[in-house]
Amino acid sequence: MDMSAINPVLLLASLIVAATPLLLAAIGELVVEKSGVLNLGVEGMMITGAICGFAIAVNTGSPLLGLLAAAMGGAVLSLLFAILTQFALANQVASGLALTLFGLGISALLGQGFQGEKAPAFPKTDIPLLSDIPAVGHILFSHDIVVYLAFLLTLGVWLVLKYTRVGLILRAVGENHDAAHALGYKVVRIRVLAIMFGGACAGLGGAYISLIRVPQWTEGMTAGIGWIALALVVFASWKPWRVLLGACLFGGVNVLQLNLQAAGFAIPVEYLAMSPYLITILVLVIMSADRSSAPASLGRSFHASQ
Amino acid sequence: MKLTKLLTTAAMALGLATAAVAADKTKVGFIYVGPRNDGGWSQHHHEAAVEMAKHFGDKVEIVEQENVPEGADAERVITQMALQGADLIFTTSFGFMDPTVNVAKKFPNVKFEHATGYKTAPNVSVYSARFYEGRAIQGTLAGRMTKSNVVGYIASYPIPEVIRGINSAYIHAKKVNPNVKFKIVWAFTWFDPAKEADAAKVLIEQGADVILQHTDSTAPHAAAQAAGNVYTFGQAADMAEYGPMPRISSIIDVWAPYYIQRTQAVIDGSWASVNTWDGIKAGMVGIGEISDVVPADVKAEAVALQDAIVSGAYHPFTGPLNKQDGTPWLAAGEVADDGALAGLNFYVEGIEGAIPQ
Repeated sequence: MDMSAINPVLLLASLIVAATPLLLAAIGELVVEKSGVLNLGVEGMMITGAICGFAIAVNTGSPLLGLLAAAMGGAVLSLLFAILTQFALANQVASGLALTLFGLGISALLGQGFQGEKAPAFPKTDIPLLSDIPAVGHILFSHDIVVYLAFLLTLGVWLVLKYTRVGLILRAVGENHDAAHALGYKVVRIRVLAIMFGGACAGLGGAYISLIRVPQWTEGMTAGIGWIALALVVFASWKPWRVLLGACLFGGVNVLQLNLQAAGFAIPVEYLAMSPYLITILVLVIMSADRSSAPASLGRSFHASQ
Repeated sequence: MKLTKLLTTAAMALGLATAAVAADKTKVGFIYVGPRNDGGWSQHHHEAAVEMAKHFGDKVEIVEQENVPEGADAERVITQMALQGADLIFTTSFGFMDPTVNVAKKFPNVKFEHATGYKTAPNVSVYSARFYEGRAIQGTLAGRMTKSNVVGYIASYPIPEVIRGINSAYIHAKKVNPNVKFKIVWAFTWFDPAKEADAAKVLIEQGADVILQHTDSTAPHAAAQAAGNVYTFGQAADMAEYGPMPRISSIIDVWAPYYIQRTQAVIDGSWASVNTWDGIKAGMVGIGEISDVVPADVKAEAVALQDAIVSGAYHPFTGPLNKQDGTPWLAAGEVADDGALAGLNFYVEGIEGAIPQ
């Protein structure tokens, strides 16, 4: 065993990269759930975003267009969920599960012929001045733009939910849709927009994996991150900062276990591979002991006549 | 009564099968563990299958099934292929071993060929290549090319095939560079670009400037390319699209001649269960061109080693060699026999870490 081989600066920098797709998907789902909708289709929207982004980036040679296509792909798929649950009033749990299965299937279909293809390189964006700070600069300010976007998005979602009128309306719809409706807010329209925002975020998270982190396409390559994102939102008690913490924790333990393995750490590999899931859940369960509860209307269908 | 009935049925089925073979095309099935365009292992089996089909033209028809998980699903897929009337089925991954043997029992008239396994039956052959010969050349190049003296190794599953590769690479890297150290990450997958990329990145972060892989995707090459000064080797396929940097050489699997030979045997009716284990000499293992990034003297050294292996003058597992715990394994000049190599389950002295059980 050689612990000195693990460079803490590089470890923290790759922690942030590992956390990004999870953070994007989870922050999107947080907004969806805050509006009172439970969309279990995150995994399906992520993988669809991954292939849409990859296909467009390969065909146009522009990774930025790829990211845009990924967000659109995720949003379009989530629109299907929105139609089912908001207009047809279908059961949200069943529709969400169906969305995941559908997303996995359609991504495999779209991905035929893209396996083994090379994605165009994604430029790294060092933030001037800030990236020159020793250690901290490399950890925080020497990534690609999606990483910055994910963190800004977290900040933005927190600010909007807490301090703006839009956030207040969104929360009102999620807490008591009948009251919000009585006040004259368009419950269904607000929820559809929230669902599409969630879909776009999940798609972006998926594309981060297929375009930047790997970068390649394989079937099922999101490997359950969508489900982790869902669990993260619940364990984080619907608070953006806790989602950020949970994502970093999960990414961090994930990267750390590979590092420990490479350093010859004498713990069986199976335990190391299991550790990110266990530790993330454990920490967030302990943190959520303050009984912050779910949005009161979460998962309930709304129709103006009721 | 039962036995006689069984024998009659078998004899009849055999007669029918022979008649069928004579009447129409020979149907040859292939089962792949990854997608057939994975850029590595499965793609090379697929290309060899296509080459074989081209060789026979109208006489042979191939059926393929890709992305078959190792385990219970494999048995279902192989059974399906046998039911569809395949005369010969190649199952091309180690984990298909038990499913192949199980299905073979149920279809005594269908011939099976399992890659990289060790269980045979009257209608099951095994075939594999001596990849460790190629690993010896990679090890030599890795030991010479590394500046940090840290070589990263992305291992797949803890099976003899993979452990042989690690040992062979280490022995030869150590021979040319006594300070070399191996860092090994077990990915527990044959093909998962995300996992392979993560493993490669971690190894690079821990100072490795040469990465060897026993997994099938090109993701580690992409990670090495992004990092800059890191060398990699193509696995199963040449992966020349990543040359001359980071990919500096490769081990190429050459299956087509074997597939042609075995299919011919089925057509002739001369097929018998065999255990084939061929190396560079027989052409089953190819060494991809060593790129110009490698200095000429190092390249010459690697080529000389290759020639020595081909001529039989040198065997990659030649003593004196100790096991990891220091107990003697091979005495000076002693060469490991095939039986010991086939079941190899320990590291040689100098490799750090434990093999997962």
